[in-house]
Amino acid sequence: MRRLLAALALSTALAGTAGATAIYPLDRATILAGSPFDLKVEFDKEVQPQDVSITINGQPVEQVLGKKPDFIAKEEGVNASAVLLRAAAFPKPGTYKVEAKAGGETKTVTWDVYATAATPKAKNVIFFLGDGLSVAHRTGARLMSKGMTEGKANGRLNIDDFERMAFIGTSSTNAIATDSANTMSAYMTGHKTAVNALGVYADRTKSTLDDPKVETIAEAIRRTSKKSVGIVTGAEVEDATPAAVVAHTRARADKADIVGMMLDVKPDVVLGGGSAYFLPKTTPGSKRKDDKDYIQLFKDAGYTLATDKTELASAAGTNTGKILGLFHPANMDVTLDREFLKKGTVEKFPNQPGLVEMTKVALNQLAKNPDGFFLMVEGASIDKMSHPMDWERALFETIEFDQAVGVGIEFLKTHPDTLIVVTGDHTHGISIIGTIDDNKPGPDMRDKVGVYADAGFPNYEDKNGDGFPDKVDVSRRLAVFASNYPDYYETWRPKMDGPFDPAVQNEKKQYVANEAYKNVPGATFREGNLPRSADTAVHAVDDVVLQATGAGADGFKGYMEESDVYRVLVDVMALAPAKN
Amino acid sequence: MAADPILAQSALPLSRRQLLAATGALALPVAMRPAYAAPAPLDFSELYGKVSVLGLSFSDKVKALKGQEVAMRGFMAPPLKAEADFFVLTEIPMSICPFCSSDADWPDNIVVIYLDRAQTFEQANALIEVRGTLEVGSWTDPNTGFVSLLRLRRASFRKA
Repeated sequence: MRRLLAALALSTALAGTAGATAIYPLDRATILAGSPFDLKVEFDKEVQPQDVSITINGQPVEQVLGKKPDFIAKEEGVNASAVLLRAAAFPKPGTYKVEAKAGGETKTVTWDVYATAATPKAKNVIFFLGDGLSVAHRTGARLMSKGMTEGKANGRLNIDDFERMAFIGTSSTNAIATDSANTMSAYMTGHKTAVNALGVYADRTKSTLDDPKVETIAEAIRRTSKKSVGIVTGAEVEDATPAAVVAHTRARADKADIVGMMLDVKPDVVLGGGSAYFLPKTTPGSKRKDDKDYIQLFKDAGYTLATDKTELASAAGTNTGKILGLFHPANMDVTLDREFLKKGTVEKFPNQPGLVEMTKVALNQLAKNPDGFFLMVEGASIDKMSHPMDWERALFETIEFDQAVGVGIEFLKTHPDTLIVVTGDHTHGISIIGTIDDNKPGPDMRDKVGVYADAGFPNYEDKNGDGFPDKVDVSRRLAVFASNYPDYYETWRPKMDGPFDPAVQNEKKQYVANEAYKNVPGATFREGNLPRSADTAVHAVDDVVLQATGAGADGFKGYMEESDVYRVLVDVMALAPAKN
Repeated sequence: MAADPILAQSALPLSRRQLLAATGALALPVAMRPAYAAPAPLDFSELYGKVSVLGLSFSDKVKALKGQEVAMRGFMAPPLKAEADFFVLTEIPMSICPFCSSDADWPDNIVVIYLDRAQTFEQANALIEVRGTLEVGSWTDPNTGFVSLLRLRRASFRKA
C-alpha cells in the first residue's frame, strides 16, 4: 500500500518532465574527474538508431567515453526513444559540451568536470547535517540552553564559534522547493536532483531503481581511498539523509532496497533507527516484502550488532572494525521524550542512545583508521518535530545536535587534520517572535503573547548544567510560530503527552484539525494557509546557513549550491588529484 | 489477559489452548448478550508480547484467538479508494504527509481488515469497532503487494 502511495506521488512529479529532449546529467552539471555517472538522452519521440548522433566536444560519444551507449527504440511507458550509457567517466577535467541529435530534435548541455587538489588538506571530514536546521532553531536553542541577560546571550552554542560560513541554496531540479532526499543527495554527490530522489537524476521511466546514477561520496571514497565511512542518525538509517550517503533511487520510499544499497557500500559504522527494514517479512514488526534477513547479512559481513545503549558501549570496545547499531524499528525517540518526559515510544525502547553518545562511538571507531574517515552525523528530528510544529521538541533536538557538534570540536582539538562542516538540508518556516507568559491577564491565550518590549525574557532554567532546560513547560516560554500550517488547534503550550499531531485526514483525503487537541485549555482553531493535502508545516525555500571549521574550511564562502559543497569536501580529501 | 500466562506455560495442544482462551474471553460478554453476538474483544495494546528492535512476538492472547471471531476498536487509516473490500485499522487517527515525505510510514501497530463485501468508507477520524475472524501470520495481498501479519477476515464494522 505504501508503494502505491509512493507511485502516486511519483506520477505527479513526473508529469512536468515530459515533452522535451533531456540529457542527464543536466546542463551545468559539475562532475568529479574519474567519477562514474550514467549518461542518458531521452528523446521526445521515437527515432531511428541511424539518425541518432551524440557528440562530446564534437567527437562521437564512444570515442570520448570509451563505450558505446545502448539505444532503446521505445522506452517503457512512453512512445519515445532513449540512449543510455551506464558508468561513464571523464578521467580528465575540463569543459565538455554534449550534443544529442535525432529526427529533428537537438539538445545541448555543458558539463564542468573538475579535479581536486593534488594533496589533501584534511584527513578526516565530519559532516553534521541538522535536518531542517533554520536560523530560528539556532536562536531558540541558544535562548533555551544558555539564557539571556539584558539582550546579551549568557553563553554560546558550539556552532556559534565556527569561523567560516556560507549561504546554501537548496532548490531541486524540478522545483524551487526541496525535500531531505534531493538536497542531501546534492551534498553527497555534487549533482542536484529532483524531490524524493537519491544519487540519481530523475528520468521519465516508471521504475524508481533504473534512473541514471551518479556516484555518492561513500562510493567515491571507496573507489579512491582506504578511508573509513560512518553514518549516524536519530532517524531510520535508510531514511533520506543517511541514505543519501550510499543510495541510488528515484524514490526515497524504497527503504527496503536502500538497506541493500547500504550493505553494498558497507559503511564501517552505521548507527540509528530503522531495524524494521532489516527484518524478513515473516518477523512481526518487519516492513520488508521479502525474506531477506539483513541483520544476519550484516553480521556475516563482519558487523558487530548493537540494539541498545549498553550493547553500543560494548560494541565500541570490541575492536572488530564494523558496527551496526539499530536502536529502534522506526525513527528513534527525540531527546525531550527520551531523557525527560518518557513519552513517545520510550516505554517500549527505554535504552536508546542519544546523538552525542552515537557520535562519540563513531568517532572513536573511525579514528582508528590511519588513512582517515568521512563521518556523516544527522540531527534528524529537528525536521521531524518541526513538521508538526512541535517547537519545544525541535529546539531540544537542536540543542542535542549542537552537543554532538561539540564532540566533533573536541576531536578537532586533538586531530587538527579534520574538517568539520555543520549545515542544514533545508529550512522550515519557523520564527521566534517573543514570549508566551501565562501570568499575563485575560482568558485568551493570544493576549499572553508578548511582543517587542512586552516579550521580556523566557524563564527557562538549567540548574544541572546539562544544556537543556530543567523544565520545558515554564510560565514564560518562547513564542514560536510557523509561517505555514494545515488546519490545527494551537495550544500555545509544549506538548507534554507526546509529539504533536496537528492534522488528520478525512474521507475526502483532506487534512483537518486533529480534534484530540480541541479541548486543551486555551486551544484555538487556526485555519490553514496550506492546501488541504498538507498534513503538517512544510519546508521553506529560504537559504540554509553552512558553517565550517578546521582544515580546508576556507573553501566555504558567499552563496553556494549544495552541489558546490560536495566539491569542497572531495577537494579537501583530494579524491581526484589533478594529473599532468 | 490474566488467564493467558497460565495457558502459555501449559503443554496443552494449540487447539485446546485456543478453545480455553476463547471461552475465558467470552465469559463476561456471554453473561450480558447472546453468545453468537459476542466476539472476543482484542485491544491494540494486547497484540504483541515481546517488543524489541529485532522484532515483535505475538501475545499469548493473539495466539489463542487465532481463527476466532474478535472485536477490535480503532481508526480507519485513509483508504486508497472510497469503496473497497479492505482497509487498515490503526490505534490512533492517522495522518500522512504526501509531499514532505512520500515515504510516510504506516504505524507499526496495524491490523488489516478484509470486509465480507466492498463498501463505502466513512470519516477516518472516527472510532470504529470491527468484528471478524483473526488471522495470524505473514500474508502478501496479491492485488496490492501489501504485507500483513495480522488480519481480520469476513469482517464488518460500525461506529463505536
